[in-house]
Amino acid sequence: MSTTKQPSALIKTEVLYTGLFIVGLIAPFAVYPTFLMKLFCLALFACAFNLLLGFAGLLSFGHAAFLGTAGYVCGLMVRDVGVTPEVGILAGTVSAGLLGWLFGVLAIRRTGIYFAMITLALAQMVYFIVLQVKATGGEDGLQGVPRGHLFGLVDLSDNVAMYYLVYAVFSLGFFIIYRTIHSPFGQILKAIRENEPRAISLGYDVSRFKLMAFVISASLAGLAGATKTLVFQLASLSDVHWHMSGEVVLMTLLGGLGTILGPAVGSATIVTLQNELADKVGSWVTVIMGLIFVICVLAFRRGIVGEIQALIQRAGIR
Amino acid sequence: MEIFGVPSALLGSQLLVGLINGSFYAILSLGLAIIFGLLNIINFAHGAQYMMGAFIAWLALTKFNVNYWVALIAAPLLVGLFGVILERTMLRKLYKLDHLYGLLLTFGLALIIEGVFRDQFGISGESYEVPEALSGGIHLGFMFLPIYRAWVIVASLTVCFGTWYMIEKTRLGAYLRAGTENSQMVQALGINVPLLITFTYGYGVALAAFAGVLAAPVFQVNPLMGSNLIIVVFAVVVIGGMGSILGSIVTGIGLGLIEGLTRVFYPEASAVVVFVIMVIVLLVRPAGLFGKA
Repeated sequence: MSTTKQPSALIKTEVLYTGLFIVGLIAPFAVYPTFLMKLFCLALFACAFNLLLGFAGLLSFGHAAFLGTAGYVCGLMVRDVGVTPEVGILAGTVSAGLLGWLFGVLAIRRTGIYFAMITLALAQMVYFIVLQVKATGGEDGLQGVPRGHLFGLVDLSDNVAMYYLVYAVFSLGFFIIYRTIHSPFGQILKAIRENEPRAISLGYDVSRFKLMAFVISASLAGLAGATKTLVFQLASLSDVHWHMSGEVVLMTLLGGLGTILGPAVGSATIVTLQNELADKVGSWVTVIMGLIFVICVLAFRRGIVGEIQALIQRAGIR
Repeated sequence: MEIFGVPSALLGSQLLVGLINGSFYAILSLGLAIIFGLLNIINFAHGAQYMMGAFIAWLALTKFNVNYWVALIAAPLLVGLFGVILERTMLRKLYKLDHLYGLLLTFGLALIIEGVFRDQFGISGESYEVPEALSGGIHLGFMFLPIYRAWVIVASLTVCFGTWYMIEKTRLGAYLRAGTENSQMVQALGINVPLLITFTYGYGVALAAFAGVLAAPVFQVNPLMGSNLIIVVFAVVVIGGMGSILGSIVTGIGLGLIEGLTRVFYPEASAVVVFVIMVIVLLVRPAGLFGKA
């Protein structure tokens, strides 16, 4: 099996992405925009997470810290400092990137299972800080964040306008991830994932590449979090909680670890499920999420997109 | 009487709470270390299994009128059996895969267990009366020592050192240490390694449940009591390193005491002090205090 794609396969991929992009453009006229906005924010979050786990092999169990921190920073900037939404999103993204750099510097000192535990513990520390600091509103979260006017011009209190901003942010984030994966940098990350000692012996500064991947992933998670705060006009404690860190792992795993579209598909599935189930089964949602986790790990490790790709490949060989 | 401007009774009682928390950290990180040594899996469900121990004790007392002493033996056995079933039916399938899948599977299991208990019992928390033989306390002059709290510390230290003795000094422990080093070789020498693995997981889980029963009269019995604790225990494991049994015990108790002192002198930081120490250890000695690099 060769990894270089046939020209026809490349054209097919382009058609697929263009088709999906157009679907996204007309979607708010068919589906409730708030639901779609939540979906795209979490999809970007999951794609950012997948960049780290799926392509660099680093399991961060504390990604909620970036989503949540960026949300709070964006909310505070927009509500209390009074900047325009795009500046708020930028501030949130940068703060998540800085936090990601801090986490990264500490966590890449260990590998494998320790890496996961360190990121989880650091994220829990962020959670406690957010809970105790007065500016974040503690248990109540940061409420009443105005959506404001984009560049001072476009009124975002209109849901359709807000949707297109979210969609643009998602598309930008997705494009950055796509380009990162297909760049020489992305190839080196894959080499580190597959065989770290060999990557070191080839002369690559493995720690530096891991750190860069971590910062990019954290910044994009922050981009998603800052945007989410504007959508719901609220930054809440649940976005910093370890449950959210677990949820993004689940979305990525369910959609397909290490596939480009997988995390988006996975988050769409989970968000839809949660939406449908919330008023029917109440507190059993957690149990169902746990069950999906167990099933994915035991019997469905390739995820939805991974399975489809495997099917296509098998059909192609015949 | 005052020490550093703090009333000695306050200092003493916070150090006592610290010591209790520390002994729970010690038992739990010990269980995690044993399981990781042989199975190469970080048991995220450890916190949920600790909570199960506490709930079984509470259920036994309120629904079946079974007393504390029976629960102290029965709950670890039941939860250990539950662990054995989990290992035989699920964890077993993951040994050849990346270690991360074990973490993810047990995370899913923790969500399921916690969700079921939350649905059944709510999140308000139940209280468990201190057993009669251990109620009351002693005036030590500088502070008041509730007997039950002293018992918790004695019991957990006994179990910790008993486990250490079993691993370092007995034949079974020798198999276990050998299995941790090279399980294929041990298998080739005719020892039933799969059975050893099952037993190890069951034992680690039973330790967590034992801690849960001890904790029931001290803290509120609550479906979420385990998940908040387990993340701190992860930090404890990172600080101590999982290489040494005694190291786990010393680190656990030491961090509990530091947390207690922080609660006296700077209460705002008490929730994060363990994580801050983890950061410092990572910067100074990345392999952990007792870890091999």
